[in-house]
Amino acid sequence: MFGNLNLLMAISIDWAQVNEVLSSLNEGFFKSLEIFALTLLGAIPLGFIIAFGSMSNIGIIRWFNKMMVWVIRGTPLMLQLIIIYYGPGIILNNNWWGSGAAGRFIAAMIAFILNYACYFSEIYRGGIEGIPKGQYEAGEVLGMTKSQIFFKVVLLQVIKRIIPPMGNEVITLVKDTSLVRVIAVYELMWNGQDFIKSEGIIWPMFFTGIYYLLFSGLLTIFLGWLEKKMDYFKV
Amino acid sequence: MAILEVKNLKKNFGELEVLKGIDFSLEKGDVMAVIGSSGNGKTTLLRCINFLETPNEGEIIVNGETLFDASQKNSASESDIRKKRLHFGLVFQNFNLFPQYTVLGNVMLAKELLEKENPDYKKNKKQIKAEIEAEARELLAEVGLSDKLDFYPHQLSGGQQQRVAIARALALKPDILCFDEPTSALDPELTGEVLKVIKSLADSNMTMIVVTHEMSFARDVANKIIFMDEGKILEEGSPEEIFENPKHERVREFIGGIGAI
Repeated sequence: MFGNLNLLMAISIDWAQVNEVLSSLNEGFFKSLEIFALTLLGAIPLGFIIAFGSMSNIGIIRWFNKMMVWVIRGTPLMLQLIIIYYGPGIILNNNWWGSGAAGRFIAAMIAFILNYACYFSEIYRGGIEGIPKGQYEAGEVLGMTKSQIFFKVVLLQVIKRIIPPMGNEVITLVKDTSLVRVIAVYELMWNGQDFIKSEGIIWPMFFTGIYYLLFSGLLTIFLGWLEKKMDYFKV
Repeated sequence: MAILEVKNLKKNFGELEVLKGIDFSLEKGDVMAVIGSSGNGKTTLLRCINFLETPNEGEIIVNGETLFDASQKNSASESDIRKKRLHFGLVFQNFNLFPQYTVLGNVMLAKELLEKENPDYKKNKKQIKAEIEAEARELLAEVGLSDKLDFYPHQLSGGQQQRVAIARALALKPDILCFDEPTSALDPELTGEVLKVIKSLADSNMTMIVVTHEMSFARDVANKIIFMDEGKILEEGSPEEIFENPKHERVREFIGGIGAI
């Protein structure tokens, strides 16, 4: 009888510790969210520029953009983070990023935006090249300008086509944010793992997983809603 | 004066000569059918006239105004070409409607964009839009689609889509309306409704060029027929001349082979 009570006491919840864990995880989560949002904000438009670059009629521009996409997609994001952060200091003897957390964060954002813009650019390119030639020609014979054809006829069709593959990338990005730990930007997973070292407890890692799951779950719902919203026409 | 004159039109794709010197002229209200087997330059001819391809040689003259002359090496600006284009309309074989716009939106879009460039547009925006919409509704009534105004292209049959495409081309009031095999992508039972619309346009004195494989339609609706063979006009004449008394064995074979008579 008393033994059972002891056992109960032993697994009783240490609320102070729970509080400590949750506030640390929340803080990490907001950092992850910041990386996520800023990456999309930068990579979505930059991807368009790279996409047009790799479809350019000017050979050198096309070549440059295609090479960049090849290099960025062909190497690990973690490697790019390390090179972008440590590279300037070691190669040029000039650490652009300074020594503080702010500098590490900027370096991380540059690596993420560049990396994701390259992936997005290939999705855009596929979307744009998939639009039938007849759509452009119909616009032309109706006297539309090239930009009118792009913005009024082609663009929405491209957007509809690229939502599913973009959705995949966005979900991947949620989890990729954990890579910034390699240059000591303290995000969700770093903060969770910290409790293994400091207090010898593993359960914060499970909580960390729940954060990722909930967030990607919400995104999945949003993406589904967006696809449905575009269902009124077929391409 | 001829509404359209085409003189010595030539077009190569690399080594391949697709048009080897085409000449014809049309009077207002003429309906010209272009017949001949596939791969003989019929579609390329229409595409040249509509500035989708640039001819290597020749002239295109509308109402006495030279719209294109290959011997003049002028680098026409985009807006020049656009203005010239508006003399012509083109209806495609596979419709090419804009999928994200309703039937009404498809017919209104180009006209609206054109009006937007007008300096007065902002002041009279509402009124201009209302006028464009009224015209579009009228055109869609003419092609028998008043009950489909708010439908999207994918909700329509092929024949209905092609009728929308015709209304869309008419919205810009072209001098000459061109059709590139307008019924080739349609089931036989849907062909009739599209041909009926084209016939009614002919009756209202619209000038048209129709590339077609529908021989009975060419005979009944066109007043002028050209038979194209290997990038040239092999024979031209009235439907009676072409169908009842062709001069060339090749034309006789083609018409006989199709079994239209």
